[in-house]
Amino acid sequence: MSKQIDINDLNIYYGNFLAVEGVNLTVRANSVMSFIGPSGCGKSTVLRCINRMHEVVPGARAEGSVRLDGENIYGPNVDPVLVRRTIGMVFQRPNPFPTMSIYDNVVAGLRLEKTKGDKRNLDEVVESSLRGANLWEEVKDRLKKPGAGLSGGQQQRLCIARAIAVEPKVLLMDEPCSALDPISTLAIEDLIRELRERYTIIIVTHNMQQASRVSDMTAFFNLAAVGKPGKLIEVGPTQQIFTNPQEKQTEDYISGRFG
Amino acid sequence: MSGVDAQQAEVEGHLSGRRLPRWSTPALAGGALLVGLIVQLTGWTVVGLAPGVVAAIVFLLGQAITSLAIEGRRHSKDRIATTLIYATFVVALTPLLWILITVLVKGLSVFDWTFFTSTMRNVSPRQPGGGILHAFLGTLEQVGIATLVSVPVGLLAAIYLVEFGKGRLKFWISFFVDVMTGVPSIVAGLFIYTALILTGVLQQSGFAAALALCILMIPVVIRSSEEMLKIVPNDLREAALALGVPKWKVILRIVVPTAISGLITGAMLAVARVAGETAPLLLTTFLAQDINLNAFNGSQTSLPTFIWDQISRGTTSSVNRAWGAALALILFVLIIYAAARILAARFTPKSR
Repeated sequence: MSKQIDINDLNIYYGNFLAVEGVNLTVRANSVMSFIGPSGCGKSTVLRCINRMHEVVPGARAEGSVRLDGENIYGPNVDPVLVRRTIGMVFQRPNPFPTMSIYDNVVAGLRLEKTKGDKRNLDEVVESSLRGANLWEEVKDRLKKPGAGLSGGQQQRLCIARAIAVEPKVLLMDEPCSALDPISTLAIEDLIRELRERYTIIIVTHNMQQASRVSDMTAFFNLAAVGKPGKLIEVGPTQQIFTNPQEKQTEDYISGRFG
Repeated sequence: MSGVDAQQAEVEGHLSGRRLPRWSTPALAGGALLVGLIVQLTGWTVVGLAPGVVAAIVFLLGQAITSLAIEGRRHSKDRIATTLIYATFVVALTPLLWILITVLVKGLSVFDWTFFTSTMRNVSPRQPGGGILHAFLGTLEQVGIATLVSVPVGLLAAIYLVEFGKGRLKFWISFFVDVMTGVPSIVAGLFIYTALILTGVLQQSGFAAALALCILMIPVVIRSSEEMLKIVPNDLREAALALGVPKWKVILRIVVPTAISGLITGAMLAVARVAGETAPLLLTTFLAQDINLNAFNGSQTSLPTFIWDQISRGTTSSVNRAWGAALALILFVLIIYAAARILAARFTPKSR
């Protein structure tokens, strides 16, 4: 059900500025990979290239290939809309649609795009998605209330429910807990461990404990200096990256000696 | 309260100093008004200044000097600035209230049932009576057509500018919208007159007038819609795109509904703005004394041109009718404003 991702020689640009250079990376199906590294090193940029959200920014483009079970999502006839339906995304700040109720938020992806010929009962989708996001018990009595009325942690889980309601194969998470308190963070981390059964997950995080708690593999990005492109320094099993990194830069970063 | 003024207290490191008592401001104001009254009654002229101005100057100086003596320089300056700001507020508001009160007083004298239900057919300028029904219907029709054309065009242009536009085309469209915002309204009328009426494409009609109003309305709608679409957070667009929703649907189902209350307000304010235009209508549709519901054939009176027509006839009854129509026009615009506020409040996204 979930799929493997292979990134080959990915160069990412903003206009003429080379933001990230030469990324080669494989994420196995049904695994969690975390991207760590200092601010500005390009972790989020790489993440956004995996479902072609990068090109939404004016002037932004990417070279190289990102393969989803072998199919290059940057191929000539690929429709970015279909890519994004297969590879879902959760953002740093919770962003439920303010005009919609909790219910409508969850089914927004299905309602707005019915071309799948999706005949599934929307009520069932709402319940299973909200259960999947560990939010069902908290909101089942007020599904018709606006999503914007939930707390920050609930909103973020609502966004996760919205993302999994369209049944993607891969889930990208861009610092999903950075705006949340420790209790909501814990809820989301538990959720990531459950979602791993069904999805391939990539999570960008600044919290190294979080990376070690939730991920199977960890990729460390760094940049030589401000204005230089970010690079993938090292990737490996999370256990190994945090206890026995092969690169000195990685060791310096995870032990707090950087710069 | 220590014995030193606030300025001195600051120098010496105290936290409190002498302040003027609260009753000082009303007392000074009363004194200043008294001085003004004396100037008025005795007929003294202080270098030709009106009594009100004398009172204002007395108040300003009196307060500045007592404050300087008791509170120190900083508080004195603060009081001068506060007084000046309130004074400018009063100066700005006076003509507005004056106009409103004059129109109310003069307009209400002719307000009765026939004024709203009859036309000027068979009513000579000297006769009292007659009404504004034909003019009101004309305004509704012309402004209605102008709105039906301008709001879709303006909204689509704004969507282009915010969601799609880039580079040179966006720059030039934006530039010409700015230029069009500044076009004097008579020029809009003149343009329709020379381009469409003199060339025989249209005759003088309500529709020609509506087109002239469009020229004034479209840039206003574009600018206000553009601002409203810009404040929709980019997060929402990205959230929808990341769900695999095509861009046109993101705009239609997420961006526009989120901004809808502002879009409605902007459109209604544009309507209110053109409802009072006179100059472009005189050239494009001229005047009629009876109801003409056909916007494509013949002259059609509207409220502003009705006012212009009645004033120019110069008899007591016709000038009274002009005041009545002016009040009706103000009420019409006021109702549109109120409707805009109510609609906007209803469509604002709620969080509970």
